[in-house]
Amino acid sequence: MSNLDDLYREIILDHYRSPRNRGELESPPAIRVEGFNPLCGDEIVVYLEVEDNVLKNIKMTGTGCSISQSSASLMSAAVKGKPLAQVRETIATFKELMTVHESTLAHDDEPTKVDLRALGELAALQGVVKFPVRIKCATLSWNTLIQGLDEVA
Amino acid sequence: MTAFNAKRVRADIPQLNRRIYDHPITYLDTASTSLQPNAVIDAMSRYYQLRHANVHRAVYQTASEATAAYEGTREHVARFINAPGGAEEIVFTKNATESFNLLAKSWGAANLTSGDVVLVTEMEHHANIVPWFQLREQTGVEVRFIPVTDDYRLDLSQLDDLMKGVKLLSVTGMSNVLGTINPINELAGVAHRHGALIAVDGAQSVAHSPTDVGALDIDFLIFTGHKMLGPTGIGVFWTREDILASMPPFLGGGGMIADVRLDGYIAAEGPTGFEAGTPPIAEAVGLGAAVLYLEGLGLSNVVRHEHALTEDALTRLTLEFDGRVRVIGPPDMTDRGGVISLDVEGVHPHDVAQVLDQFGVCVRPGHHCAKPLMRRFGLAATVRASYGPYSLTKDTDVLLEALSHAVKMFG
Repeated sequence: MSNLDDLYREIILDHYRSPRNRGELESPPAIRVEGFNPLCGDEIVVYLEVEDNVLKNIKMTGTGCSISQSSASLMSAAVKGKPLAQVRETIATFKELMTVHESTLAHDDEPTKVDLRALGELAALQGVVKFPVRIKCATLSWNTLIQGLDEVA
Repeated sequence: MTAFNAKRVRADIPQLNRRIYDHPITYLDTASTSLQPNAVIDAMSRYYQLRHANVHRAVYQTASEATAAYEGTREHVARFINAPGGAEEIVFTKNATESFNLLAKSWGAANLTSGDVVLVTEMEHHANIVPWFQLREQTGVEVRFIPVTDDYRLDLSQLDDLMKGVKLLSVTGMSNVLGTINPINELAGVAHRHGALIAVDGAQSVAHSPTDVGALDIDFLIFTGHKMLGPTGIGVFWTREDILASMPPFLGGGGMIADVRLDGYIAAEGPTGFEAGTPPIAEAVGLGAAVLYLEGLGLSNVVRHEHALTEDALTRLTLEFDGRVRVIGPPDMTDRGGVISLDVEGVHPHDVAQVLDQFGVCVRPGHHCAKPLMRRFGLAATVRASYGPYSLTKDTDVLLEALSHAVKMFG
């Protein structure tokens, strides 16, 4: 069961059972973006409140598997209240973590080159990479956030 | 009646020897695609090793062997569904989806105009929905749906009203999500009384119970090789010889012509006229072997075996999970086949399937290409377990053990 425990770490199950930053923000003024995974039917709505280049508030609604929901919850906790430049950095680091390198699959124990300390709790999602079909679950909310940030610019 | 022994069937299927992680494979995804017995795999290998040649062309020995094998499968399939006109009524396609496209784009486009109605059901696979929407864009036909009741059956209470203006009733023999078996013979009677034709999606039914198109009194039957122990890449389209003769060609090219000149072409008569290009020859050889294998098992044995397994699984799912696992489909075996869709309270189907995978259990999470049906029951997805002639009670044992693990983990 070690692979499974690696995927469903306690932090992930905790964020799935008690998601952070659930809810809506009035839009406008908040930016509202929808993300959708047509293959599995997961959907997410992200609300962003940006002021002076700071992501002042973020709320989300939607349905999906534990990986997509916990990833969204972990994301919201990681980026809320942060300057946009830092949010973009976190996104880039997380996306790098979710990139399947051939070595990741071939050698289970090869350490990832991503700076896990910079990711904090988000590092709990690194087990997803061993299950390539689930990567799209973990990245759904992040891609939706990127779309929202593009609307700011 | 020959003695049926599922363990003997298992011994014929090499993939069932696989281990997944530290577990023997528990294959419960036959509704998605069935496993292949050695008889099918060997027939295809022998074709490629000894008599690979194109069909209907050359005069050399291997070419005539390939042609005989390809055309032989047409005979086998015709016998398998008791086609009254024999092999001349069997068209090979790529899969059931392509067969539906052939029906819509050839027969449909030639026979249906704006204002005509195609009546399908809320429990159809997308293959029996999307081609009709495409035809609607092209010709303005109306696509109408027979609703599904809360008991997971077709709601036939308003059928006579729904039949107004209908030229074709197109319905699944058995739902790939619910396991519901539809009353095809009764529906054929209604369709014909209203002057309509009836098409049946046999993808889920032909390998799990005997099919006799004449006794059912239907006009079109569509199914696919890989859900009946055969290979992927080959599907079947059956219709009566007179209807087939009236249908315009579908895909154009080599093989489907009687003549081509600088000013046009004449299509070949019979099924060949719908088989453009080099056909799936090895796949046809494999399909022929699959038909012979199923006939050897006896479909009435298969239906009895799967019926018992499904009944046992339904009972235990209800008893052991205290309502936390809900069956999306008929709760008993009346007009029901071996497809069991599950909704596990508080656990997303992908998470359920992921946990099951660690036990070597192969099930399918998702919408099963039946999104209108999912919406009807307010679900995004289900976890589906489905049985085949090689399934055993021990498959259900492992399924239940893995399910209780998933329930505990996310509970």
